[in-house]
Amino acid sequence: MSTLAAKVQDVFNEPGCDKNKGKSEKERKKGCTKQLAPGAAAGGCAFDGAKIALQPITDVAHLVHGPIACEGNSWDNRGAKTSGSSLYRTGFTTDIAETDVVFGGEKRLYKSIKEIIDKYDPPAIFVYQTCVPAMIGDDIDAVCKAAAKKFNKPVIPVNSPGFVGPKNLGNKLAGEAILDHVIGTQEPEYTTPYDINIIGEYNLAGELWQVKPLLDELGVRILSCISGDGKYSEVASSHRAKAAMMVCSKAMINVARKMEERYDIPFFEGSFYGIGDMSDSLREIARLLVEKGAPAELKDRTEAVIAREEARAWARIAPYRERLEGKKVLLITGGVKSWSVVAALQEAGMELVGTSVKKSTKEDKERIKELMGQDAHMIDDMTPREMYKMLKDAQADIMLSGGRSQFIALKAKMPWLDINQERHHAYAGYEGMVELVQEIDKALYNPVWEQVRRPPPWQEKTWEERANEAIAAEAAALAADPVKAEEVRREKRVCKCHNVNVGAIEDAIRAGSLTTVDALAEATHAGTGCGGCRDALEQMIEAANADGAVPASKAA
Amino acid sequence: MARVEFSKKACTVNPLKMSQPIGGALAFMGVQGCMPLLHGSQGCTSFGLVLFVRHFREAIPLQTTAMSEVATVLGGLENVEEAIVNIAKRAKPEVIGICSTGVTETKGDDVDGYIQLIRKRHPELDHMGIVYVSTPDFKDAFQDGWEKTVAKLIEVFVPANVEPAQRAPQRVNVLPGCHLTPGDIDELRDIIESFGLEPTFLPDLSGSLDGHLPEDFTPTTLGGTSREGMAAMGSAAWTIAIGEQMRLAATTLEKRGGVPFVLFDRLTGLAPNDELMAFLSRISGRPVPQKLRRQRGQLVDAMLDGHFHFGGRKVTVGAEPDLLYAIGSWLTEMGAHLQAAVTTTQSPVLEKLDIDEVLIGDLEDLESRSAGADLMMTHSHGRQASERLGVPLFRLGLPTFDRLGAGHELTVGYRGTRTLIFTIGNMFIAQAHEPDPDTWRTSDENVSHFGAESSPELVQLTTMA
Repeated sequence: MSTLAAKVQDVFNEPGCDKNKGKSEKERKKGCTKQLAPGAAAGGCAFDGAKIALQPITDVAHLVHGPIACEGNSWDNRGAKTSGSSLYRTGFTTDIAETDVVFGGEKRLYKSIKEIIDKYDPPAIFVYQTCVPAMIGDDIDAVCKAAAKKFNKPVIPVNSPGFVGPKNLGNKLAGEAILDHVIGTQEPEYTTPYDINIIGEYNLAGELWQVKPLLDELGVRILSCISGDGKYSEVASSHRAKAAMMVCSKAMINVARKMEERYDIPFFEGSFYGIGDMSDSLREIARLLVEKGAPAELKDRTEAVIAREEARAWARIAPYRERLEGKKVLLITGGVKSWSVVAALQEAGMELVGTSVKKSTKEDKERIKELMGQDAHMIDDMTPREMYKMLKDAQADIMLSGGRSQFIALKAKMPWLDINQERHHAYAGYEGMVELVQEIDKALYNPVWEQVRRPPPWQEKTWEERANEAIAAEAAALAADPVKAEEVRREKRVCKCHNVNVGAIEDAIRAGSLTTVDALAEATHAGTGCGGCRDALEQMIEAANADGAVPASKAA
Repeated sequence: MARVEFSKKACTVNPLKMSQPIGGALAFMGVQGCMPLLHGSQGCTSFGLVLFVRHFREAIPLQTTAMSEVATVLGGLENVEEAIVNIAKRAKPEVIGICSTGVTETKGDDVDGYIQLIRKRHPELDHMGIVYVSTPDFKDAFQDGWEKTVAKLIEVFVPANVEPAQRAPQRVNVLPGCHLTPGDIDELRDIIESFGLEPTFLPDLSGSLDGHLPEDFTPTTLGGTSREGMAAMGSAAWTIAIGEQMRLAATTLEKRGGVPFVLFDRLTGLAPNDELMAFLSRISGRPVPQKLRRQRGQLVDAMLDGHFHFGGRKVTVGAEPDLLYAIGSWLTEMGAHLQAAVTTTQSPVLEKLDIDEVLIGDLEDLESRSAGADLMMTHSHGRQASERLGVPLFRLGLPTFDRLGAGHELTVGYRGTRTLIFTIGNMFIAQAHEPDPDTWRTSDENVSHFGAESSPELVQLTTMA
């Protein structure tokens, strides 16, 4: 585990991460190992994150070393598409049993690797470590090394057991695995001045293919997409690309940055979501390639394609704009793509009434603010009940979110669209933007809404009316009982990671005469997890100072 | 008599099996006001959550103790305590149902001990039920987790009293196996109530995961068996257990409340439902209602109409033991031939199947045994094999994530069996090939035809038959 611990430290030290730069040395060392609040957490583990990041590599066998839960409960459940092999959709697992837990699972792992090679002969095998074998000390690095030597085939250990942290950390540990064992181990057949890598794009619902035709037209070759619709040999020879685009926010920033360091491949962070972002990304690709020696005319050709495609997309969206103008969209996404989707929706004339940025980095939030103005209504963490109330208060016409909150929207009889991993529609590039608008239009104007909102003939009141009454009654009760209202206000959680509420923070500020977020963090642990609440903490300190609470105690 | 074999492979390929903690969690979802909690890393919960959300198309209550690496090594007391306190505060459940996972079982967390400590430290939580079931991922399967959880619920909530003061003659307990859908439970309730009996189902997924619109949002389960309902189970007249997996729960209930039980190892097909009706008629003292008599007639007619299409059809089934047994036996009774049967865990019902061998294995095993079959029946993960082999797939069991209405699929009762005959019969009919002039022509290359280039004396007239 010591090497894994070192790896985790290394990932936490990511200099490319702005959030990290803002932390003190001590905080950085703690890294993103936010201790999640037991009983109040949701989201995948590091193993899940590693699998998400690498499974889109289509022609390799992905072997999960662990009990049945890790693979059996989750295999083949993501929408990454392939243009070739579908071996990546085959679920391989050692399904360790009690005897393996007692005697060690290394033998079973080795035999499993052999069986896969005998039956499926993939170009490589990725072996994923999980919690139980990590605890009993199975050394997957050693088994992979021995197997690779014996069978003369790359066997890649991916050391990312679930309990080391959240999904996001798993993404990065997966990146480390391919940096250590895959990238740079093969040479491409040939190279061109137009070779790029796309990092952090998973080709969900085939989104890469909404973008690729334009790159093809420009003569830009995707040497390797890491990892959507990827082949092992492409990833292995990706170190010969001239430039790279990092797509999924911070998920694989370590891969982009280390490839820049090691192989001199410059990268930019871009998005394929939204017309403006798509055009910017094409421009950046052309700019980096020209800087690295591609003929300058690439830029002109790129501008020509952008002009043509933008005009075409706008022309196709125009008929919908009229129908969607002014419609209120409630955006709830735990994903890192919030800010890209915001841009896309605004282009279609819609108004945003809120967005959740649960998993987004601080920078993402900044971008949302920039796009939506300072009034951005951030919704970080809500119970289903609160969500209904908010849907109602926001008077939203449609809600966009990931699959998990789908049913809250639907039960509130609210039009809903899936924008997360399991979605079936592709929303990338100019094509995708048109598709997104079409889908929103279809959802909004579906005739079922009017029908399902109609109360049954035997009911004098709809349940919504009753819920509204209950909400109103609650509000009235609070208004009538200031003590209770204050209690409720103080109960509200500010720091989700450490479960610190308003009351505890205010008390700490007052008791310790605190004036800085760091001091507050020291006292309450608030803000030392994901860091997402630091802005709120700062505002609370300011407010407390304005109230005079701090100066008074300072004076004492 | 089938022989039960274990797969000899080291590597499971395309798992059929799911883990037992989430089987336990699903059982907890059939308890009213419950928050199921997996004691493990957050991934253990999130995988299960996504699986159920996609299957039932419902919001799913499921929480995690969010064990980190350090917490795992040091032991999970603090995490369990914090989780219970947090859930009590945020969700205000009546019951918290805890299942262990591979991580915490490998460490050997003494959760029963933790709960005793937590009870001492938090007397304010005395009103809340806390139930713990040990369900390591590296042992057994989904069905086993369900089985252990239901038995544990009975141990915790049914008062030990072998001779209650009053036994209510009209009340029956029904213990459905995890292979029954919310729709199946509704169907059974309808049947049992039509005899004037009052059934209490445990677990009762029909209230919680049947897809109805709630009156209000609650973060815990909606519907399900209430604590009072469970407590009253000890004074019911009878217990009906459905599926061999419910024997443990039924026996537990018999020991605690002295309630006699009858176990139906399946309720798919004519004969087992006749037995159920006869039993219900006997204990209720009422004749079988007209409605059910008509349904029986309809089923018999469906069997007559359907048998043409089932006869001789080769079917392969991959499912957990009780579901495999129910469907496999029924297929055989319709004249179909069980070409292969793959299951997840050991059970005494398996050897009763009309097939040489039942394999405890995976979907790779099912795929390799499904070539040339007319139909495959397994959960949605069979879709890749079905595509590769060109054999149609009937989605059976959990997870069914790529079709609508998984929670309402029926396999029990006269009516459920009739629906199955129609749905599967139609799949067979859809495969019928239109004959063409060459359908019956021998393709043997040695056969030449009169007028072809080869010499006419070689024509073998016998092949014209």
